[in-house]
Amino acid sequence: MDLSLTPDQEAFRATVRSWLKSNMPREWKPTGSSEIPRAGQYEFLRRWQRTLFDAGYIGLTWPKDYGGRGLTFMEELILQQEMALAKAPPILNVLGVGMGGPTIIAWGNEEQKKRYPAKILSCEEIWCQGYSEPNSGSDLASLQTRAVKDGEHWVINGQKVWTSFAHVADYMMLLARTDPSVPKHKGITYFLLDMKLPGVTVKPLRQITGEAEFNEVFFDNVRVHESQVLGGVNNGWAVGLTTLMYERLTLGFGLQMRLRIALDGLVELAKGMEKSGRVVTKDPVMRQKLAQLWIDTECLKYTGARAITKLLRGEMPGPEASTGKMAWVDTHQRLQEIAMEIEGPYSQLVKGSDWAVEGGVWPHSFLRSRANSIEGGTTEIQKNIIAERLLGLPKD
Amino acid sequence: MDFGFSQEQELLRSTARKFLENECTSGFVRARMEEPAGVTDDFWAKLAEQGWLGLVYAEEFGGSGLGFVDLTVLMEEMGRVVMPGPFFSTVLLGGLAIREAGSAAQRKEWLTKIGAGQAKATLAWTEPSARWDAAGVTCTAKENKGGFVLNGTKLFVPDAHLADVIVMVARTNEGKAEDGVSLILVPKDTRGVTVKLLPTMDQTRKLCEVTFQDASLPADALMGAKGKAWPTLTRVVERATVALCAEMCGGAQRVLDMTTDYAKIRIAFGKPIGTYQGVKHRAADMLVDVENAKSLTYYAAWAVDENSPEAPLAASMAKAYVTDAYRKVAGAGIQLHGGIGFTWEHDLHLYFKRAKSSEFTFGDSTYHRERVAQLINL
Repeated sequence: MDLSLTPDQEAFRATVRSWLKSNMPREWKPTGSSEIPRAGQYEFLRRWQRTLFDAGYIGLTWPKDYGGRGLTFMEELILQQEMALAKAPPILNVLGVGMGGPTIIAWGNEEQKKRYPAKILSCEEIWCQGYSEPNSGSDLASLQTRAVKDGEHWVINGQKVWTSFAHVADYMMLLARTDPSVPKHKGITYFLLDMKLPGVTVKPLRQITGEAEFNEVFFDNVRVHESQVLGGVNNGWAVGLTTLMYERLTLGFGLQMRLRIALDGLVELAKGMEKSGRVVTKDPVMRQKLAQLWIDTECLKYTGARAITKLLRGEMPGPEASTGKMAWVDTHQRLQEIAMEIEGPYSQLVKGSDWAVEGGVWPHSFLRSRANSIEGGTTEIQKNIIAERLLGLPKD
Repeated sequence: MDFGFSQEQELLRSTARKFLENECTSGFVRARMEEPAGVTDDFWAKLAEQGWLGLVYAEEFGGSGLGFVDLTVLMEEMGRVVMPGPFFSTVLLGGLAIREAGSAAQRKEWLTKIGAGQAKATLAWTEPSARWDAAGVTCTAKENKGGFVLNGTKLFVPDAHLADVIVMVARTNEGKAEDGVSLILVPKDTRGVTVKLLPTMDQTRKLCEVTFQDASLPADALMGAKGKAWPTLTRVVERATVALCAEMCGGAQRVLDMTTDYAKIRIAFGKPIGTYQGVKHRAADMLVDVENAKSLTYYAAWAVDENSPEAPLAASMAKAYVTDAYRKVAGAGIQLHGGIGFTWEHDLHLYFKRAKSSEFTFGDSTYHRERVAQLINL
C-alpha cells in the first residue's frame, strides 16, 4: 500500500501545475461553491476547453489515435486534482468527455472512432445525452422514442427530457426503441444523432435555480442514416451502460476535488460569519458538522484511490467504485445545506442584492445540488443496483 | 500510487480467516465470555505460534517487524469473529507503550516475552473522570527514596486481571498539563496494587478497576523521561486507535455478510425479504458505511506506517467515522434480522455490543470530530 507518487507522476503534477498557473484565463473568477457550467459562460468555457485540448490536458486516458494521449488513470487523477486545486473553470463538453467519447471508443467502428472523439475533446462538437423521457426516468429501459427503418435511414419519433446542453449541442447520444416486440432491454439501439437534422426541436426547461440548463427535445420524423448506429442494432442497452462505471470513476475524482474546494470555501464562509454574536467556527455544534463534512470529503478521496488501484492493477472494480456516487451526493447536499445554515437569514438573498453573501453563489449551488440525487440515476435506483449487483439480493 | 493490499497481505488475510474460523468459533467466543480469562492458554500459544503477538515488534525481539497496514488485515479478521481475550491490550496497549517508551532493557525483556506468548500486558490510562486529555491523569507517582510511590484509581483498564505487567499513566508533577505525565512499568503482584474485574455489557472485552495504594516501585520502573510521556502516550493511543478501527471494520463487514445472507433466505409475504426495497436500501446504506469505514481506516494505517504528519488527523477521522458506521451497521443488522436478531442465541448481539464498547474506547465520534476540527484549524 502506497499513496505516494512516482517521480514521473510528481513531474507530471509539477508540469500541469505550472501550466495552469500561466494559462488560467484572467477573466475567470472562481467562487467557493462547486463549479458547474452555467448558462452565460458557454462561449468562454468552449474557448477554455479548446485551450486544454491544444495543450493536451484533456482525454488523457483516450488512445492517441482518437485524440487522447494514451496515459493511465493516474495522470488523469493528477490532472483532475490540479484543475480543482487551481479552481480552474469546468469542462463544458462534460457529457461528451465523460460518456460519449469513451462509449464511442469502446463500441464504435474505425470510421466513427476517427470522426467523433477528437472533436469531443476539442469542444468543436458538444454532446448531450438523450436517455430520459417523460415516462421513462428510473425505468430507463421502458423508453418509448421509436426508430423505424426506412431504406438506409432510421426514422425517429418521440421525446426526450431533462436533456442538459441540448440547446448548444451538436450531437446527442440517443437511445431509441428499434424493436418493440422483444423484452424492453433487448429492443433498444444507440444512435449518434446530429442535432441539426430536420425534425429535431429543442425547448429549454427552466429549472429550480431559475436558469435553463436543460431541455425537452422533440423528434418529428427525424431521418438518421444507418451509419449512425453505435454498437449494433438492438444492442443499445449494453452500449449505454458499458461506460457508466468508467464514467463514475473518472468524473468521480474531479467531483471529489471540487467538493474539497467547495468545503474550503465553506470553511472560509464560516470563519467570516457570526451566529448569535459568535464566529460560526467557534460554535461547538457547527464544528461537529464541519468536521464531519471534512471526514466525508476526505473519505471519498481514499475510496476513489482504492477503486483506481483496482483499475490500474487490471482488476474488476469492487464495491468501492459504486458506493462513491452515493457518498458524494450525500456529502455534497449536506455541504450545501450547511452553507445555508451558516448564512442564516442571508441565505434568502440572491444575486442582485448588495446584501447577498458572496454575490449569492451559495443559494444558487444549494438549489442546484438538489439534482445530484436524481441525475445520473436516482439514489433509490443506485441503492437497488448496489443491493442486487454487489450484495446479491434477489430482484423483485 | 497503489492503495490496495499486497499479495503477502492477502495471504495473511486468508491464513488468518482460516485459522480464526476454525479456532475462534462462536462456541469458543461464548465460552470465553463466561470466564474471567477471556482466553485459553492453548489459543494464546497458537496466536504466538502464528507470529501474531509479535507482528509489529522488531525482529531483534523475535517479532516480524511488520507495519500497521499488515496489522490492519489481521485486526479485520479478528474483528470478524469478535475475538475475545487480551490480544488488543497486550500487543497494542501495554506492548506498544513499551515499544515506544521503554528503555532498551525493558523492550528486550517484555517485547520478547509478549511475542513468544509468555507475557501479557496492558495500559492503565483512564480514570473515573473518563477523560481522554492530560487533565484526566490524576493518579500520582511521587519520587521517594530513589523510587516511586503510586496512588490513585484507574478505570476501564482492559485485561488488567490477566496482565503480567501494567503500563501506568501517572502524574509526576502536579497540575493538569501535558507536561508532568509519566509512564511507569508495574509488574503483576506489586504490593499496593489491587485489580478488580468489572461486569461488562460486551463480555468479550474484560475491563478492570486498578487501585494503587502506596505502591512502591524502583526508579528503573520509569519508562522514558520523567514528566515527558504525554506525546508518546498520544502516539501509542493513535496507533491503537487505528488498529481498533480495523477490528471494527472487520466486525461491521461480518454483520453485513450475515444480514445479506439472511435477507436472501428469510421469506415474508411469499418472497425473500431481500426482494423488498425497504430491506435493499438499508443493506446498501450498510455497504456504503462499511466501505467508507475501510477507506478511512486503510488511509490511517498507511499514514501511521509512513509517520505522516497527517497521522493524528487520519486516526481521528477514522475513529469518528468507523464508530458511527459500526454502531449503525450493527443496529441495522439486528433490525433486518427481526426477532431472531434480538436473541441471545444469535451472534448479532456480540457484534452490537462490541460496536458499543469500541465506540467508547479512545474517544467516541463526537470527541474525534472535535479533534478533527482542531487539527484542521477550525
